[in-house]
Amino acid sequence: MSNITSRNNASDVHGSTSSPRTERVVSAASKHSTAPEPAEGSLQTERVAGASPDNPVYRRRRWVNRFNLTMSLATMAFGMVFLLWILAILFSKGMAALGPALFTQMTPPPGSDGGLANAIVGSLIIVSAAIFIATPVGILAGIYLAEIGRNSTVAKVTRFINDILLSAPSIVIGLFVYTLIVANAKHYSAWAGAVALAIIAVPVIVRQTENMLQLVPNSLREAAVALGAPQWRVVLIVTLRAVKGGVVTGVLLALARISGETAPLLFTALNNQFWSTDLNAPMANLPVVIFQFAMSPYEEWQRLAWAGALLITLAVLLLNIVARTLFRQTKH
Amino acid sequence: MSTDDTPSTRTNSFALQDRLFAGITQCFALLVLITLLAILASLLAGAWQTLSQTGPSFFVSSTWDPVRKLFGGVAPLWGTIATATIALLVGVPVSFGIAIFLTEMCPPVLKRPLGTAVELLAAIPSIIYGMWGLFVFAPLFAETLQPLMINTLGKLPLVGVLFQGTPMGFGVFTAGLILAVMVIPFIASVMRDVFETTPPILKESAYGLGATTWEVVWNVVLPYTKAGVIGGIMLGLGRALGETMAVTFVIGNAYNISAQLFEPGNSIASALANEFNEASDPTHLSALITLGLTLFVLSFIVLALSRLMLAKLAAREGKRT
Repeated sequence: MSNITSRNNASDVHGSTSSPRTERVVSAASKHSTAPEPAEGSLQTERVAGASPDNPVYRRRRWVNRFNLTMSLATMAFGMVFLLWILAILFSKGMAALGPALFTQMTPPPGSDGGLANAIVGSLIIVSAAIFIATPVGILAGIYLAEIGRNSTVAKVTRFINDILLSAPSIVIGLFVYTLIVANAKHYSAWAGAVALAIIAVPVIVRQTENMLQLVPNSLREAAVALGAPQWRVVLIVTLRAVKGGVVTGVLLALARISGETAPLLFTALNNQFWSTDLNAPMANLPVVIFQFAMSPYEEWQRLAWAGALLITLAVLLLNIVARTLFRQTKH
Repeated sequence: MSTDDTPSTRTNSFALQDRLFAGITQCFALLVLITLLAILASLLAGAWQTLSQTGPSFFVSSTWDPVRKLFGGVAPLWGTIATATIALLVGVPVSFGIAIFLTEMCPPVLKRPLGTAVELLAAIPSIIYGMWGLFVFAPLFAETLQPLMINTLGKLPLVGVLFQGTPMGFGVFTAGLILAVMVIPFIASVMRDVFETTPPILKESAYGLGATTWEVVWNVVLPYTKAGVIGGIMLGLGRALGETMAVTFVIGNAYNISAQLFEPGNSIASALANEFNEASDPTHLSALITLGLTLFVLSFIVLALSRLMLAKLAAREGKRT
């Protein structure tokens, strides 16, 4: 463990001249324990300090360090084990039900085989509608925060509230849309589901757009203004364009976030056993179908639920990875 | 002033355009504020019937009886708080360990892939955690760990009562554990980010005095980033309070207040997910919306505190340069 200490220590002090000395002192401290040094200690330089090799304080400190860092390694392993475990289960159970029927047949009645075609299409429709609502709202609000409001009170309060809405309980958003739309219209509808998902997506886009715009150097804005451009053109043609990739990343992350959301759809889009593309009526969607099928006692339904779960997770992970790659490209 | 193209008219029209642009974007920013107020207002309106008829006793009574139209919110409130507490007790030390690993121990080559893996754990939809909990984790837990815990921890004085009950796999404790797995990535990535804001010079000085890695983390990094770490924990708490799907699958759906954590229970979110669509009676609906309002207010406070804490750290960051 002690070589981790010194190696890491050397890598952490960025190009600092004090690094070799730091390494020697730390290794000197660790050298003086009675425990036989394993081969890994060969990295260290031999140094003798004034303290006695049997110093119990040194031994204790070294032991505490070693124990805690081992625990830290164990927690990391713990986290990774869960990630791999969940993914492994998802693949093994989901693959079993994966087949062409999944994409061509409707959700079946209890006890018979079928597919998820209507749920997949329903999910695509609801999520696209939500992202179409959320993207302009989110980007314009982000522009206000970064370019126009900046440090005004309105901008500060909006920023704060936006950050809270970013992790507000999604089921409460569903409840809100229920009282706002479903209770008034007296029926569930895909529109209501799209609005609920849009409310969840907007804060993600606002946050990302604002963060990205703040990265644009002021000299770029000044240059555009000096050429006589009005502010709106500066924003739309210069600054927004400079961080296009980052803003798209925000939209993709929002898309990933809402594709798996179940709770807000329970009270809004509900579910529909049949093929429907009418946004004004209840519509089948993957998350609610998965919820319903997984909670049921029927084996066929449970199998379909696993297949749906695999599809959603793959989509979400893919969106995340694409967004990250895009983000990394724009940053450099 | 004769033609449209003189500099002054152009400047005037530019000013008008800019005011218009500023106005439009401000409207959209205000839309975010209005959404929050609208959520509060609509939930208050929906909850009004319960709040005016039952009054504060809603938060004292534990009877939940849709047949007799008697509703008390203590049981789901207890479930929400119990599951979130378990999630934090398990999740915070683990997240802390992961953050230390990623910032202080991880070989540079692995830093990015492992960091991404932790963030992907956060991206997995909660319904997947729920299904995994229902079909995989709960049966395994009931067969192996749970009987063991009942036989060992359950026999302890004082805390023993927490670990008694029937080993069914479902219940408040299982829900708390699954929530812990869910909040770990959130807390760990915030902790990692704030740990990285520690100025290297502070760490170097401590290493120079002969401190071990653990001593540097505990005595230098942690005190420096205290506010941010608490902010991250609160963010995780906010998530844990409002999480629906992961909890609904495994908590057991029973209005039950019991110190025995292996018994089935109900959280506010799971009660809403299970009952809201079936509730037709206005009293019942109003009681459920009151629960939703309680959840919203609770998580609003927690998340607001979290943001204030994180902003405090960010402000110090700014002052340093």
